[in-house]
Amino acid sequence: MNNMVFMILIIAGYLILAPVAGFFLEGYDRVISSRLQRRMGPPFLQPVYDLIKLFEKQAIVVNNLETALVLGFTIFTIFSGCLFFAGGDILLVFFAFSLADMFLVLAASSANSPYSSLGSQREFVQMMAYEPMTLLTAIGFYMCCGSFNVSDIINQDVPAIVRTPGVFLGYCFILIIKLRKSPFDFSTSHHAHQEMVKGLTQDIAGNVLGILELGEIYEEVFLMTIVVLFFIWKNPLSYVLGIAVALLVFFIMIVVDNVFPRVKWEHMLVSSWGVTLSLAGSNFLILTMLKIARI
Amino acid sequence: MKISKSPWLLHYDASSCNGCDIEVLASTTPRFDVERFGIINTGNPKHADIFVITGGVNEQTRQVVKQLYSQMPDPKVVIAAGICACDGGIFKDCYNVSGGVDTVIPVDVYVPGCAVKPEALIDGVVKALAILDEKREAMKNHAVCEVNYGGKTKEE
Ligand code: SF4
Repeated sequence: MNNMVFMILIIAGYLILAPVAGFFLEGYDRVISSRLQRRMGPPFLQPVYDLIKLFEKQAIVVNNLETALVLGFTIFTIFSGCLFFAGGDILLVFFAFSLADMFLVLAASSANSPYSSLGSQREFVQMMAYEPMTLLTAIGFYMCCGSFNVSDIINQDVPAIVRTPGVFLGYCFILIIKLRKSPFDFSTSHHAHQEMVKGLTQDIAGNVLGILELGEIYEEVFLMTIVVLFFIWKNPLSYVLGIAVALLVFFIMIVVDNVFPRVKWEHMLVSSWGVTLSLAGSNFLILTMLKIARI
Repeated sequence: MKISKSPWLLHYDASSCNGCDIEVLASTTPRFDVERFGIINTGNPKHADIFVITGGVNEQTRQVVKQLYSQMPDPKVVIAAGICACDGGIFKDCYNVSGGVDTVIPVDVYVPGCAVKPEALIDGVVKALAILDEKREAMKNHAVCEVNYGGKTKEE
């Protein structure tokens, strides 16, 4: 019973605090980016203003299906986050998460605009590039903790990073794709222009776009919590360490975003699979050879 | 919160000589940095709140301007940037030039200059923001969008 109440509290906390954390990350991103470009940049709360504005705009709905699918994206993203914070099965969390992304691709391809359908095709390529690594991340947690459950992973004697540094680096690499950062921002980008305008979100306007952005904010927070998860063990202080590392990783992402130009999709596919195979693969090989994997 | 805190901008070149376009782009560079006001230069009419047009519309761009305008969700404002966009400028007497953006769609702010200066353009955008807020208020008072955009309507 007590356990149940505790779980509900955690989920409620996640639902309320995740947007706060997400807006912090977004604001941090935009301010740091503009400072890197020697600009003043927008106010720190700009992402909040943007979202509120989107909800005040008229919705231009291309077809009703699109709205339903965008809603599906946001709901499934939030759902997989809830599952994660309730200490659920990390494999299931990742699958629910891919499903959410699938909804987004379908939403974009349901519109008639050529930019939008091009965006959805590119999003598929992106999914192909990062999906193997997300799966291996879950397996990595299993190999060092002996369980897929988040509640077990955070109760280990040593943090996961000790046994799976390769998996961690691989995960950081695909984080660039997931966070839609240059050089891998094909399907859509948070930057102004690109060769196919807004790609994936081309035909999503007004408050429907607001719902999508809200989902992306939950997504961002979830992705960064996986980084935190690598550094957590029994000690409560490890949460501080984890959050500090996650902020550092996010900062590196921003620098990468500002330094590298967009590459071709072939490069993305080859490099992300290469990184997955070499870093995560060698990590698993060493774990098995030294017989320190806990399976 | 006011909607004008996050204006996203769409820029279209309706037969300008490119002088004004360069200045519009200049205002997004670090030197003038319009992102201070939360302004983002988006290429997508469906995400835009402010429509900046340069050049006096000609026969080929006329339909495009109309279409872009109709694709933007309400509330929205239109800025005519440069003297060509305001009334045709030096191209006014050309046989194929309509003579100003307001011959095609209603314009809210006229920013003169040949080419328009980034400072003047930013000033115009800030003026447009006030109009954007007014329109949002007007929209709130109507269940359906019945905003009077001023200027000429389609029928005229
Ligand atoms: S106002 Fe001057 S600079 Fe601008 S489009 Fe016209 S001629 Fe070119």
